[in-house]
Amino acid sequence: MIRTLLARLGSFAAVMSLVSLVTYGFVFLTPGDPAYTILREQRQSPPSEREVEAFRSEHGFDDPFVVQYLSWLGDVLRGDLGTSYYRSEPVASLLLEYLPNTLELALAAMAVSLLLAVPTGVLSAVHRDTWIDRTSQLAALIGVSIPNFWLGYLLILVCSLWLGLTPVSGVGTLGHLVLPALTLGTGMAAIVTRLVRTSMLEVLEADYVVTARSKGVRERLVVYKHALRNALVPVVTIVGLQFGFVLNGAVVVEVVFQRPGLGTLLVDAVFARDYPIVQGVVLVTAFAFVATNQLVDLAYVALDPRIERGRGERR
Amino acid sequence: MSDREAGPARSTGQPRTLLQRSRRLLRRRFDRGLRTNAQLRFGGGIVCLLAVVAIVGPLVSPYDPTAQALGARLEGPSLAHPLGTDALGRDVATRVAYGARISLALAVVATLVRLCIGTTIGLFAATGSRLVDAALMRLVDAQLAFPGLVLALVIAGTLGPSLTNVVIALSVVGWATYARVVRGSILAVKDRPFVESARLYGTPRRRIVTRHLLPNVTGPVVVLATLNLGTVVLAAAGLSFLGLGAQPPTAEWGTMVADGRNYLRSAPWLITAPGVAIALTVVGFNVLGDGLRDVLDPDHIDDSERRRT
Repeated sequence: MIRTLLARLGSFAAVMSLVSLVTYGFVFLTPGDPAYTILREQRQSPPSEREVEAFRSEHGFDDPFVVQYLSWLGDVLRGDLGTSYYRSEPVASLLLEYLPNTLELALAAMAVSLLLAVPTGVLSAVHRDTWIDRTSQLAALIGVSIPNFWLGYLLILVCSLWLGLTPVSGVGTLGHLVLPALTLGTGMAAIVTRLVRTSMLEVLEADYVVTARSKGVRERLVVYKHALRNALVPVVTIVGLQFGFVLNGAVVVEVVFQRPGLGTLLVDAVFARDYPIVQGVVLVTAFAFVATNQLVDLAYVALDPRIERGRGERR
Repeated sequence: MSDREAGPARSTGQPRTLLQRSRRLLRRRFDRGLRTNAQLRFGGGIVCLLAVVAIVGPLVSPYDPTAQALGARLEGPSLAHPLGTDALGRDVATRVAYGARISLALAVVATLVRLCIGTTIGLFAATGSRLVDAALMRLVDAQLAFPGLVLALVIAGTLGPSLTNVVIALSVVGWATYARVVRGSILAVKDRPFVESARLYGTPRRRIVTRHLLPNVTGPVVVLATLNLGTVVLAAAGLSFLGLGAQPPTAEWGTMVADGRNYLRSAPWLITAPGVAIALTVVGFNVLGDGLRDVLDPDHIDDSERRRT
């Protein structure tokens, strides 16, 4: 166990250093001189030689890459994510300010997706190869294929403009949350439906389900008590892990509904070349994802010693 | 190798080498699948239809995709303009057809680059020393730690908004899944008797890799790439929608939705046409990929694995 723990910590450190290197290093993809480009974007006019010089020395752009990277990394490890170029506010407090809106959207979308996906997936598996199954699979296919931003505008058009049921954009009330959560949730639901179906089909063949049936337990109870609970274990794990990726969809949805969240913060920062904010958002998301991943893996190892060997490891 | 001397076998048209045999096996599976697998035909049909639209559409359309005709602004669907016109009087149907060119070409290029990077890394990880393997797999983990679309957004934005930069951004993210699949497939066969015997026979390493190991990867990689084409179309449209991809006046689906959103109430067809086009393309690639998977790769790739960006 201790050895596994150390090995995990080692790979966690390795992955996070690569992640941090990428997060810091992408700035140097900026065409030309980053300091010049950043200032030009900020002023909307070419900056003077002296301004560029001042900016460079203020932000340490004159140091060699390794020095810049290490000093940034040192700050990050002490919890200092830097300061926004434009808003002169610490990035950490900006993140905290925008995080709740994104979290709210993510949780609501996840609720929508589970509410849609679990019943559909179960029905699909129980009525395998019937029209119910085919319809739900078709719905799932369409769900993964529709672009979120387009679905968002369709919902705005129908629910807000035609029916007048919900506000078009913004945050604040529950009404503001409905459409974004539906937009983001349906896409996620499509994937989860497939997972639930596969997992249910597997479990329905398991020995304990066969036993329960042969004992004469009613089919309804077999499905909902014996099978579903077990089928949901892998689903919950994967859904939990995917939570780290919710920002993927949230970016576009937040832009469509003009919700101030991490996604809109990131997009605005990318266009304005406000690199400290970009780095902060990216690093924090990646860290959250890697950390949850490692914790889940460790939990598995702790709970089931068989996993410690095997599973993707080389002999 | 002994198959060199297999003279009689050659004369009866039997495949000579393992490579040919495995190619023939895939071909046979594919042919049988085309007859029996409805997904393969349906998905393939959609993709072919789109390819036809992309190639023929712009040739037969009487309109220019970018020329403005301010006398014909925001016209609803009619005989002259089957999908209506946009705020600058441009024919929406023509723009959708030009958009198909961009989306399909971009998806193919980005997917091929991902495939090449991922396969190479997976191959080196599976056949290299333990240290090489560990290092490359940490690289894969690092790639997977980033939400794909977010990383692509950041890279494309830093390079500057343009279609080329979107292709670059989408190419350098998303190869990790290929690396994992290739590594897994190779590890699964690496110590099997046919590889072992080739090695004992003194077959050069390079030949073992190209003739004995890589053919086993073809099935899963083709399936993954097909499904990936859909993902890339979706991601590219998303980035263009945000303003990072194709710049006006280029006809691109994501940009068209972004332009149309200001006329949501008065001209809903402006977002409908490109939106349906994107969804149809992605459905086509997804169904085709699912069909190919049933046919070429009986040991399925995990669902959660392949749907990542």
